[in-house]
Amino acid sequence: MAEKTMRGAFPLSTRQLAARVGAAPIIAAVVLSLIILAAIFAPFIAPHDPILQDPVMRLKPPSGDFPLGTDNFGRDLLSRVIYGARVSLVIGIGVTIMAVVLGLAIGLVSGFFRTADAIIMRIMDGLMAMPSVLLAIAIVSLMGASIWTVMAAITIPEIPRVVRLVRSIVLTAREEPYVEAAIALGTSMPRVLWRHLMPNTFAPLTVQATYVCASAILTEAILSFLGAGVSTETPTWGNIMAEARIYFRLKPMLILWPGLALSLCILSINLLGDAARDILDPRMGKRED
Amino acid sequence: MPIYLLRRVLAAIPVMLVVAVFVFLLLRLTPGDPAAILAGDMATPEQLDRIRESLGLNDPLLVQFVRWIGALLQGDFGTSLISNKPVIDLVADRMWPTIWIAIITLSLSVAIAVPMGVLAAWKQGSWVDHLVMTFSVLGFSIPVFVIGYLLIKLFAIDLKWLPVQGYKAPSDDFAGFAARAVLPALTLASIYIALIARMTRASLLDVLNEDYVRTARAKGLTERRVLFRHALRNAAVPVMTVIGTGFALLISGVVVTESVYNIPGLGRLTVDSIFARDYPVIQALILLTSGVYVMVNLLIDLSYSLLDPRIRY
Amino acid sequence: MALLSALPAAAETTITAVMHSGLRVMDPVITTAHITRDNAFMIWDTLVAVDSDFVVQPQMANFDVSEDGLTYTFTLRDGLKWHDGGEVTPADCIASIKRWMVRDGGGQMINDRMESLEATGDKTFVLKLKEAFPYTLQAMAKPSGLALFMMPERIANTPADTAITEYIGSGPFKLVEDEFQPGVKVVYEKFDDYVPAPGPQSWFSGAKDVKVDRVEWVTMPDAQTTINALMNGEVDYVEGVPVDLLPLLEGLDNVKVDVLKKLGAVTIGRMNFLHPPFDNKKIRQAALKAISQEDVLTAMIGNPDYFQVCGAIFGCGTPFEFSDGSESLTTGGDIEGAKKLLEEAGYDGTPIVLMQPTDVATLTAQPIVAAQALRNAGFNVDLQPMDWQTLVTRRASQAKPSEGGWNLFFTGWIVPEVSNPLASIMLNGRGDKAWFGWPTDPEIEAMLNDFASTPDLEGQKAIAQKIQAHVMDNVNYIHLGQYFAPSGWSTSLKGVVNAPFPVFWGVEKE
Repeated sequence: MAEKTMRGAFPLSTRQLAARVGAAPIIAAVVLSLIILAAIFAPFIAPHDPILQDPVMRLKPPSGDFPLGTDNFGRDLLSRVIYGARVSLVIGIGVTIMAVVLGLAIGLVSGFFRTADAIIMRIMDGLMAMPSVLLAIAIVSLMGASIWTVMAAITIPEIPRVVRLVRSIVLTAREEPYVEAAIALGTSMPRVLWRHLMPNTFAPLTVQATYVCASAILTEAILSFLGAGVSTETPTWGNIMAEARIYFRLKPMLILWPGLALSLCILSINLLGDAARDILDPRMGKRED
Repeated sequence: MPIYLLRRVLAAIPVMLVVAVFVFLLLRLTPGDPAAILAGDMATPEQLDRIRESLGLNDPLLVQFVRWIGALLQGDFGTSLISNKPVIDLVADRMWPTIWIAIITLSLSVAIAVPMGVLAAWKQGSWVDHLVMTFSVLGFSIPVFVIGYLLIKLFAIDLKWLPVQGYKAPSDDFAGFAARAVLPALTLASIYIALIARMTRASLLDVLNEDYVRTARAKGLTERRVLFRHALRNAAVPVMTVIGTGFALLISGVVVTESVYNIPGLGRLTVDSIFARDYPVIQALILLTSGVYVMVNLLIDLSYSLLDPRIRY
Repeated sequence: MALLSALPAAAETTITAVMHSGLRVMDPVITTAHITRDNAFMIWDTLVAVDSDFVVQPQMANFDVSEDGLTYTFTLRDGLKWHDGGEVTPADCIASIKRWMVRDGGGQMINDRMESLEATGDKTFVLKLKEAFPYTLQAMAKPSGLALFMMPERIANTPADTAITEYIGSGPFKLVEDEFQPGVKVVYEKFDDYVPAPGPQSWFSGAKDVKVDRVEWVTMPDAQTTINALMNGEVDYVEGVPVDLLPLLEGLDNVKVDVLKKLGAVTIGRMNFLHPPFDNKKIRQAALKAISQEDVLTAMIGNPDYFQVCGAIFGCGTPFEFSDGSESLTTGGDIEGAKKLLEEAGYDGTPIVLMQPTDVATLTAQPIVAAQALRNAGFNVDLQPMDWQTLVTRRASQAKPSEGGWNLFFTGWIVPEVSNPLASIMLNGRGDKAWFGWPTDPEIEAMLNDFASTPDLEGQKAIAQKIQAHVMDNVNYIHLGQYFAPSGWSTSLKGVVNAPFPVFWGVEKE
């Protein structure tokens, strides 16, 4: 797996940039911003309390009071989808931050210190070899399903991918004359790592981060589907769909609305990731999963 | 080459050991008790403890680990705590549906995705390209189970072309097998097609800009000839890489697909075993899938030298 | 595409049934899991059995009880054979009874009073008691909990805590072991040498006439898929059709839907008596008052045709149906009353760890509805989602709720499991030896003892009524009402039988 790396951004004019990436990322950015705004201002936008039940109102079709109808506990679907954005985004972003930070730290150490490298990479290979969804189900099922365990369960399998990426960049970068010079001049290790090696990883990590984020949101949905997700008292797009799945033929909209929100969100993140990759390194052109 | 092969195989040993230790500790250091599942709803705490004792779950962890690894080295994967059947039998029973679905998914994906990617690269920037790219991003933006439900609704319920669920062994009833395999394979392929199409397009674009391809063009070879003789062959390497790394994704997708289509495969066996805390089965299955993952990637690395004469080991 | 639904070549008749869960544990003495019991009724047979009026009938054996109620003589029917060809002997039955007595509550009660259990002839054996125990035959005939099945002596000699590994019975069906896939599929063949008991079939008594060659149980993890398969004719029988999905099956001419389990099931909430706040009776009462059966059942089932608000802990439609003390439960809850009780008890806001299973369709709604009701009354609720198996493990823990223990969980029973005070395990009040929750309740123990030694139905009813009132007042558990899960089957099946759980004798397939 040869990750190609980039050094230094391409100096592009706005027009060149637009020509390179097209209109899609701009639309994606708008959609994603709307979703983020909805998530932040959920309490002001949502017409109802997303967990307030009303047995009499269960499974009602859309109406003025419930624009998207109600679920099997008589909870307002629109409010749940809006609040769902919160948790799904928190999971996506939280996993991304944890995976990138941990992966970056481990990758830097592994790429730089030969002795640590052998051990770390064996452990990473082991983690990578385990099927991620199965590992995540096992972790959630064994540790109990809270939003934190779900995040941890999704993060752990993502870490080795980030580590590998960072490590390969560091391995190339440390042969560069300026880094060798810095080491020769007696610059302290942390400083070499921090000042000289880490900046090289930013561009590829930005691209990688978008994919991690998208995949985390999707994985959460799959965990919910398999019965190893967050409680439906905390709505996520995934668990709204999972809870409604037996109604797919009778009330398909119970699944399709959260599904639409989820897909739009992931689509936007992926498109932005593609655009970032095109801008930062048109030669990279490859998706490492 | 043989030395390289040997080195790679040996390198797999520590990887598997890491997996073994990780899985074992994950299972034993967290709450969960197969005895409680075994004894059912009316068991009293006393009865639970007696069952725990008879399953050997009261022994120290290290003893249990050594016992497990020792048996493994002799080829003994243990016995299911819940159903009392040898793990190896359970796996043998459930492995074929998963293998068949995986093979069909892979073939289907390559057959659909490579032409898509080639077309997109060839017509770079055209509406065909945009369509292919949009479709491929869409492919990994929709949860697998939603795709599954939509396909069932369309092909099995509305059009009634295919059965809704189930699995038949190809040796028993080939037509029945094929009819039941199409939808699950298509469902699973949706992610894979997306990945491979993108990769094919990207690597073709790379190769098309290489000097030797430019030379070939300059020599007056037709576009088609350039594409097939030179470009595609070289683009195959990164595509193989995607198939290898995507293998993990395939396993994850299998778990969901097997639930949606009620296929008695390994994915469901694993999930069921996790929920039932059937330790020997979970341990064996995760070790096994990890082993297969390592092996598949080894084979793929080896295939590079066949696909790209510039790579030699 | 007719070719896809190709029939098997031989003119065999096979019923394909989707059961509520996958079969993994085969030993009916080890576990009370319903699917294990369902399987046991296929392979094994019982000595005596209850009919639909809860009356004990002969099954494998005729019985005779002496005037003083101390001697029970059992005489085996002629021609009873094991699936491996051996004859059923009194020695087999005695070993089976002894193994069962180690594990079953009713069996232990008999054992405590037993003088001897011995064979007295080729076909007869005698159970002698030291004191009269009118519940004896009921315990031996009860179909659920741990039912008493007859096994060959060599199998029945397995210690009661070790699972048996040989599945030879004398029941109407034989297990096809080669085709058994744990959790996925179980296959049975008709047992040709089975001799049906005389008399009409009623629940688990009378003639178990098998009218098909094979029965295949398959497990389907996805309810949507199951219904689709039934509609497309890919399966013949579905044990549980979610009530919300019934509109899909209405008006189809190839599928019939009806409630076969006429008595239905109950759902209950159980508290942990060892830890605050539910070690306090007033706080338990507040929780009971906060909850409305109708809200819970509506969220669970939806269509009111399929549930019944019912205050009777022994089940509505049973001999011991009383409703003392259940007013708040059956009339929409009493939030104000609950608030008042909480205040009186000085509830300090200790969070209640409420365990919520995420993967059992019939148990997902109760915790969500209860959490809201309890919060409305002023409880601080910590709803913790987990898979059912984790819940089962965790409820066995007596640790503090904040350290891996729990305060409240919900489960369900079929009515025959709770319809008799001696069968209902939730009534046990012997502290550490009681069922999860571990109430120490000498009052109820005294009532249960009285009940056990009362021979006449009227006397038993009077005690049952006292138990009902006590359980509601002391809140040994919260009774949340009764529901009736419909089953669905293909119209090619004739003679589908009403029983508390699925049976496949008496059913024909065209």
